[in-house]
Amino acid sequence: MRYIPNTSADRRDMLATVGVGSIEDLFSDIPREILDRFEPLGRRPRSEQEVVAELGRLAKRNRATDAVCLLGGGIYDHYIPSIVGHVLSRSEFYTAYTPYQPEISQGTLTAMFEFQTLVCELTKMQVANSSMYDGATALAEAVLMAKRIRHDGVVAVSRALHSSFRRVLDTYSWAADIETVEIPYDASGRIDREALPQAPAAVVVQSPNAFGVIERLDGLKESLGEGLLIVAVNPLSLGILVPPGEYGADIVVAEGQPFGLPMGMGGPMLGLFATKMEHIRQMPGRISGQTVDAEGKPGYAMAAQTREQHIRRERATSNICTNSALCALAATVYLASVGAEGLRQLAELNAQKAHALSERLAQLDGFRLPFGSDFFNEFTIEVPSDPQMLRTALREQGFLVTDPEELRGLGVENALRLAVTEKRTEEELDRLVDVLRGAQ
Amino acid sequence: MRTIFDCECREGVNGLFPDPHEPAKKIGIADDLLRKSAPRIPELAEPVVARHYTALSKMNHGVDDGFYPLGSCTMKYNPKVNEDVARLPGFAGLHPDADVSAIQGALELLSSLAESLCGIAGMADVSLQPVAGAHGELTGLFLFRKYFETRGEPNRRTILLPDSAHGTNPASAAVAGFDVAQIRSNDVGLIDLDSLEAALDETVAGVMLTVPNTLGLFEKEILVVTERVHAAGGLCYFDGANLNSFVGIARPGDMGADVFHFNLHKSLSTPHGGGGPGSGPIAVSERLVDHLPVPRIERSGESYELGWDYPHSIGCVHGHIGNFLVAVRAYAYILQLGDEGLRAVAENAVLNANYLQTRLKSTYDLPYDRLCKHEFVLSGKGLAEGITTLDIAKRLIDYGIHPPTIYFPLIVKEALMIEPTETEGKASLDRFVEAMERIAAEAKDQPELLHDAPHNAPIRRLDQTRAARHPILTYPFDEPVV
Repeated sequence: MRYIPNTSADRRDMLATVGVGSIEDLFSDIPREILDRFEPLGRRPRSEQEVVAELGRLAKRNRATDAVCLLGGGIYDHYIPSIVGHVLSRSEFYTAYTPYQPEISQGTLTAMFEFQTLVCELTKMQVANSSMYDGATALAEAVLMAKRIRHDGVVAVSRALHSSFRRVLDTYSWAADIETVEIPYDASGRIDREALPQAPAAVVVQSPNAFGVIERLDGLKESLGEGLLIVAVNPLSLGILVPPGEYGADIVVAEGQPFGLPMGMGGPMLGLFATKMEHIRQMPGRISGQTVDAEGKPGYAMAAQTREQHIRRERATSNICTNSALCALAATVYLASVGAEGLRQLAELNAQKAHALSERLAQLDGFRLPFGSDFFNEFTIEVPSDPQMLRTALREQGFLVTDPEELRGLGVENALRLAVTEKRTEEELDRLVDVLRGAQ
Repeated sequence: MRTIFDCECREGVNGLFPDPHEPAKKIGIADDLLRKSAPRIPELAEPVVARHYTALSKMNHGVDDGFYPLGSCTMKYNPKVNEDVARLPGFAGLHPDADVSAIQGALELLSSLAESLCGIAGMADVSLQPVAGAHGELTGLFLFRKYFETRGEPNRRTILLPDSAHGTNPASAAVAGFDVAQIRSNDVGLIDLDSLEAALDETVAGVMLTVPNTLGLFEKEILVVTERVHAAGGLCYFDGANLNSFVGIARPGDMGADVFHFNLHKSLSTPHGGGGPGSGPIAVSERLVDHLPVPRIERSGESYELGWDYPHSIGCVHGHIGNFLVAVRAYAYILQLGDEGLRAVAENAVLNANYLQTRLKSTYDLPYDRLCKHEFVLSGKGLAEGITTLDIAKRLIDYGIHPPTIYFPLIVKEALMIEPTETEGKASLDRFVEAMERIAAEAKDQPELLHDAPHNAPIRRLDQTRAARHPILTYPFDEPVV
């Protein structure tokens, strides 16, 4: 086995040193009846060449990658600059683990510190952790955190949450015995502020939301009293949209995939998590902090570890240990390469392409934008025929769109949701319009 | 350490994407929703970015850089081919919401991986959704909650844990809504059966065990333990962090496990990524199958579906189907190894650990002197006056070795938890023994070498107390430090 350097001579020598006669003797502490029940998988070892061929066959069986992707809901088909993959391929980064020994982990710790800073700059929050599993679990952890800060009151959750976020939140809330109520949306597709419960522990809003609509959240925090405002955002949209820190958000979470991560069938992803400094003791996740070494030279180490499971055990702020560090590195390299001005331009390019498509579609008979034009790169459009049949027709013409069941579940019938990124070409969008024109 | 915020900026566009035609204001988004001040993200030329991160990478120690015997983390070699196949566009480019007809290859892979994991665990079914070991623990404990809720025993809200448990175990139990009670270890480091018996009552939902335990010792009475827990109406959770010690030889399903989590980033060779991403699939016994997360992958002949209609499911624990690209790597690994290779993993991992234990116990204190499995725990206590385990760990850095896990498990004072894995050969282990012996000698003759270590690392010993007391958690733009 080429991953095992020991030779049979090594093994003989080592067994002699240990003082046992055979490898089997090393397992004599496992009860005989357990060993006797063992059954192998029935798989023979295969060569690297055979494995590459088999994985290649499976990859080719995924026809999705030949199609034009208009899917969204938190994960988008963005261009990934080459440098991101090259940095991530450095094995000093990807074969290391959690930086328990800071003196030989300055690479990871410095990048974590940069990442935290970038997240705070984008969101205008005061402190960020170094990653959560994905946007959905980050949101669930935000709700658990909010309930630790505000014990009393329900958690009011926008109905217009992406379903992937909502489902995970429901599971975590059930287990933590947290009572949630739903905030309906109004005619503009935004949360109906009139329908907010009295004195909630927290309010959860997503912007852009499940319809693609950008929420209007100014003044909301002030109306909540002691309640916390939790906002889930598309981080790329913050290249042009007001950051949540400016309207008083207490906790901001996001799915960080747009920043240099492949869609990867939904994993690994990158949960962003930021809050106000006053809440840091309740924040989950690992944080890198600046300190000095024995000679006074600046360096980085894990900070505020007394919140974490390896110290605090059942009183920790979260059980999270392994996170998405390498994905956070990808996002850091991505943002360092794109720059602030580049990010603004990229966000504009996304919005521009999506808006141009929406305008063309809205001119077709029977197509209508039910929630207006305050959207980023993803929008909901009413269609004149059965959206499920339209989705099938689109698939046959090589376009992938979100299952309209998702919108129907949120009370929006006969509509499709389309996401348009910088990768979509004029030619692709022309063809898309042609296919949909046929549906009139 | 220099950060990107200290690097020199370029001018002009980044040239990565086509330029937009018009500025945001004309797009149709209301002006008051638009950002007025730009985030402080530097504009860097690509060579500056490349050099910065290459320089940072050189300040890291990874498995490819040298021995990494970090106990309980199974820092084995990460095969290169796994990286290549995970980057195939047919995998990396998949959106999780694509029509199932367009992702059949991915579902076939996941289904085959799940089948292999079921076989390795000897259990009824598998969910690939949890994305880390602790996430697998949490998911497993959600299953416990659902199981007792469904059976009308909602007052079973206590989880029993041995005093040697990983920190994630009690933390996961608390997040899942359980109270935690501790059971003692006996004088040979195994579960004290009397302590277990005394704790088992009708409020106990189950027990979380690590097999072999965090001392690297196999619970000889494991069948008695699981039988008693089941007889008392409870369930048995097995923390799978230590699978490397028995993969291909024994199966948790044959030991009485109801949930067993895999760390694909440990035993199944996927990289640790500087802290993640990992993957923490769970295998379950028949009792818990109905409660597994949705969607579940359903197979009919050669075609696959995602099934959502499971009324007793706990729901979803991840936005999508888990860390797919990690699963691709693990599957490639299982295909390469086959049964023969999997068995060789455990045999060599356990042999390497016992070899190191034998060679080091004459120099260092070994509190539990028995045959170990894939790891063992030494104590730095009593090596020399004024020398701590932290000093030993930091000195190992000077020898080009990543220190073991230190100060864990909590039941050993000044613990050094050493896990060599099967991907080290005897020559590498001998160099480690030599380094440890020299450090022991230095501890007596030149203690300052240890107190002041590391000497050869990119940076000297860091003041972690200061990082905790005076937290600087983002770049101080107003007072730059170079």
